[in-house]
Order: sequence, then structure tokens, then C-alpha cells
Amino acid sequence: MSNADYPAAPPGMSLGAPAVSGSGVATGAEGVAVRLTGVSKVYGTGGRAVHALDDVSMTVHDGEFVCLIGASGCGKSTLLNLVAGLDQPTTGQVDTSGRKVGLMFQEPALFPWLTAARNVELALQARGVPRAARRAETEELLETVRLRGFGSKRPHELSGGMRQRVAMARALGQNADVLLMDEPFGALDAMTRDLLHDELERICSERTLTVLFVTHNVREAARLGDRVILLSSRPGRVIDEYSLPRSGHRRIDSPEVSEVAARLTDRLREEMGRHGH
Amino acid sequence: MVTDQALRGLDNLELDPAPGTRDPGRLARKAWAAFWPKVLAIALILVVWEAVTLTGWKHYVLKGPGPVFSNLWNEMLHGSPSLWSIIGFTLETAIVGYAAALVIGSVIGLLVARILPLRAAVGSIITGLQTMPSIVWVPFAIIIFGESESAILFVVILGAAPSIAAGLISGVDYTPPLLLRAGKTMGLHGAALYRYLILPASLPAYVAGMKQGWAFAWRSLMAGEIVVQIVGQFSIGQSISVDQQNLDFAAASSMLIVILIIGLVVDTIFTKADLALRRRRGLLDPAAA
Repeated sequence: MSNADYPAAPPGMSLGAPAVSGSGVATGAEGVAVRLTGVSKVYGTGGRAVHALDDVSMTVHDGEFVCLIGASGCGKSTLLNLVAGLDQPTTGQVDTSGRKVGLMFQEPALFPWLTAARNVELALQARGVPRAARRAETEELLETVRLRGFGSKRPHELSGGMRQRVAMARALGQNADVLLMDEPFGALDAMTRDLLHDELERICSERTLTVLFVTHNVREAARLGDRVILLSSRPGRVIDEYSLPRSGHRRIDSPEVSEVAARLTDRLREEMGRHGH
Repeated sequence: MVTDQALRGLDNLELDPAPGTRDPGRLARKAWAAFWPKVLAIALILVVWEAVTLTGWKHYVLKGPGPVFSNLWNEMLHGSPSLWSIIGFTLETAIVGYAAALVIGSVIGLLVARILPLRAAVGSIITGLQTMPSIVWVPFAIIIFGESESAILFVVILGAAPSIAAGLISGVDYTPPLLLRAGKTMGLHGAALYRYLILPASLPAYVAGMKQGWAFAWRSLMAGEIVVQIVGQFSIGQSISVDQQNLDFAAASSMLIVILIIGLVVDTIFTKADLALRRRRGLLDPAAA
């Protein structure tokens, strides 16, 4: 991408007015991987009720990389749980049209009693892949995340970045169409995170994955997203949406990414100011 | 592929510099470091024991380490019935009782962990049973079963099963919620969720419960054998009971040493199993291990 064409972002980049998705992806029901319609989630009842999400509507198209960003308490994790089907919305609808959904967390959440390979293989086993085919597919998945040769290691013998890659291989092993990622690189050092951004980008383009990526790191969102959705806090609402047309590799330290990150930061600060006194 | 190479480099930095260069003398030094304090402690006990004997306190019954160990040696070589058959008989009861407790405790533990109303009903009873001193079950068992081996087994099972059940329940309870979420998104549910996630995750607590269960089983067994007199059967507890009637300090002490050694050996097995388990899961501090 050249520096010249990036600042000429679509109108959606302007602050304030939520943008219409301008990425040119078909907006018909066919291309929609995830659709949330008027989703609210309330935990508890009466005076102690907590409104985690309030009337959230959004769509994620097939093959799209959408970053969700917001301050703490914006219900990001709740939203992913709803899309993953681990929880039910209080009102509204979550529709994935039968697409398979995989989930990755900030912690790798690997099973510590299994080797890296067995962790990945268990995902295959759970979806009924016959034993004979599992070994080869496990090897292939480990190769995809550049961990061939580390299959016999146990999670505690691997570094944080390697564990997170095993978790990614496991999520891919679920044969998911939609990958939900809950701050997956939040606990890693900047160097490793930067490399994993490249890896994730490569894997997504190889497999035409749809990704819904939650983060509180504005640079990460600007680096990875085709679209960035901003959520308000308590309750979580969609307050803004930015399309970031992709025209090649973006470096996290490039001026374009920095500029978008600055805009996102300003908008988030404005939102947080609402909660100040 | 710059990224690929950078990533591989980063991975290699994480690995041990040279796994092959382990110091061969390290194991021997470690063994010695663990060995000598124990030897010193035993020597100290023997010295104090001998010193007490030399003061002449209760000299009409008290014997020093010399006579006690020669008694033990005698019993081992040509006791009648032989010490080995006595130990064998007691261990057989212990194994049968503990195995039964393992099955009963595990089944109850699993049911209580899974079924909420059952937990409300039985959960506190299990805790209550654990606090019961095993000796109080002995008269109760004799009333039901008479002075028989069944009575002893009953006491052993009641002693061990609650700990085993409690261990399993706490293991299931403490399965990390994050792993549960990961397992569920993976598509594990029902029996597979237990087989591949909850039970393996529970294993450390379950083994801890099994270890505690063994300690209770062993105490219950000794209590049972000392009190329940079965004609024609020679067990460790019964031998002590006979030695008590004969005021035979040396013979009773020999048996106490045997009981202590068996207890220590089994405890070592459980400790080793627990360590192996924790090492596999990376729960040991590498500096300490």
C-alpha cells in the first residue's frame, strides 16, 4: 500500500457518523457470516442487573476480518460468547446461518495433560474425524502455525507465543468458518505479537477465514481489520464503524496504521470522557 | 519468508540450550542430599531411645533398640506364624478394602459431582464422615457383622471412601472454567466432556484424595485388627494385641516398626505418582524440581 492512497479513506473514517460498510463485500444474506440483530444481554435481575450489551446490531461478511474495540466493560467477551453459542441473548437474534464457529481466548486454554499434537487432535476427534486421518491432519495444522516438530511437547514446555499458535491450530482444527478471537495476543510481547499478526494474516488468506477479533489495542485493530467496530461501555453499544480498505501488507509501525490508531484512540477517549465526572 | 524464519528463531530461543549435557554426577549428589538427613534422624532417635533405656526408667518392660531389632530379625526368619505371612494377611485385607473403597468412593464422588440435588443431600454427609475417627465404627461394625473380616473391611471402606469421593468432587469442581469453555466450543459434551476434559482435569485432586484415603484406610485397618479378634487368623493388629496381653515390649515395638515402614512405603508411592502428574502438567517449579 502506498502512503498516498491510505489517508484518502472512505467517509466512514470520519468521526461521529457510523459508516456503512464500504468494503464492497456483498451485503445480501448469502455473504453474511454473522448477523446480530438488536442483541441485548442482561445479567442478573432487578436493581442488580448488569446491562452488558444494549441493542447491538452488526454483520460480518464471509472472508472479512472485523475488529471489535472498546474500553473495559463494553461487553466484548459477552458478544463473542453469544456468537459462539455458549450463551443466549436476553433479546434480539444472533444468526450464523449454520456456520461453524471456533473460539480463541487471551489464554491459550490448552489442556495441560496433553501434548501439543494431542491438543490439536482432540478438536479433530470431537468433530468425528476418523483416527486414521487425524494424525496427518494434526501434522498439517501444526505446520500451518509453523510448529512442526513441536507436537510432542507439553504446553508448559512451550513459550506463550507457541502456545497461542497451538491454540490457533486447535481452533482451525474445529474446521470453523468463523474464527472468534478474544484478545488472543494480549498477553504476548510486542515482538511475538507482531510476528503472529503476519502469521494470522497469512492463514486467513490461505483459508478464507472470517474473523471477529476483539482487542483493546487500537494499533492491533488498525493493523489487522478490514473493518473496525467501536463499542461503548456499560452497556455495550455500537458507536462507530470504520472501513479500512486493504491494499496490501500493512506494517504496525507504518504511518497509515499509526494515523488510524490515533483516530480510534481519540474516539475512544471521547467515549470514555462520557463516563468521567 | 522473513516472518517464518524470525518465528522459528524466536521458537528456538525458547528451547533449552543443550538438552544433552546433563551432569551425570547430579543424580547421585541429589540422592545423597535426600538420604543423609533421614539417616541422621534415625540415628538420633536410636541414640535417644538407647539413652532412655540406660536410665533404667520402666526397666522391667522397656527394652533398647538392640533387643527390639533382634526380635524383629527373629520374627522375620523363624517366627511362628512367620512375620511375612502376618504382613501378607494384613496387606491382603488392606488391598481388598482399599480397592472396594476406591470403587465406591469414585462412583459416589462422580454421582454427587454431576447431580446437584444429590450434592445438596449427600455433600455435607461426606465431609461429616471424613471427620469421624475410624475407631468409633469398630463396635458398630461388630454389631452388624460379628467379629469377622467383613467387620474389618467395613471399617476400612468407611474410612477411605469419603476421602476418595471428596477428592474427586473437588477435582470436578475446580476444573478451570476457561478449559470448559474451550472444550465446549470444540464440541465436547456429555460423556466425552467427562472423558477428555473433566476427569483428566480432576486427576490431581483425585490422586490427593486417594492418598488421604489410603492413610485413613490404613488407620482404620489397624484399629479394626486390634479390636476385632478372629480366631485362627494372624494379622499385624492382632499380633500387637497379643503382645499387649503378654506385656512384650520388644515384640510390640517390632510390629510398630513394620506398620511404620509399610505406611512410609505406600506414602512414597503416592507422592511419586503425584510428582509425576504435576511434572507432566508443568505444575512444578523448574528451579525446585
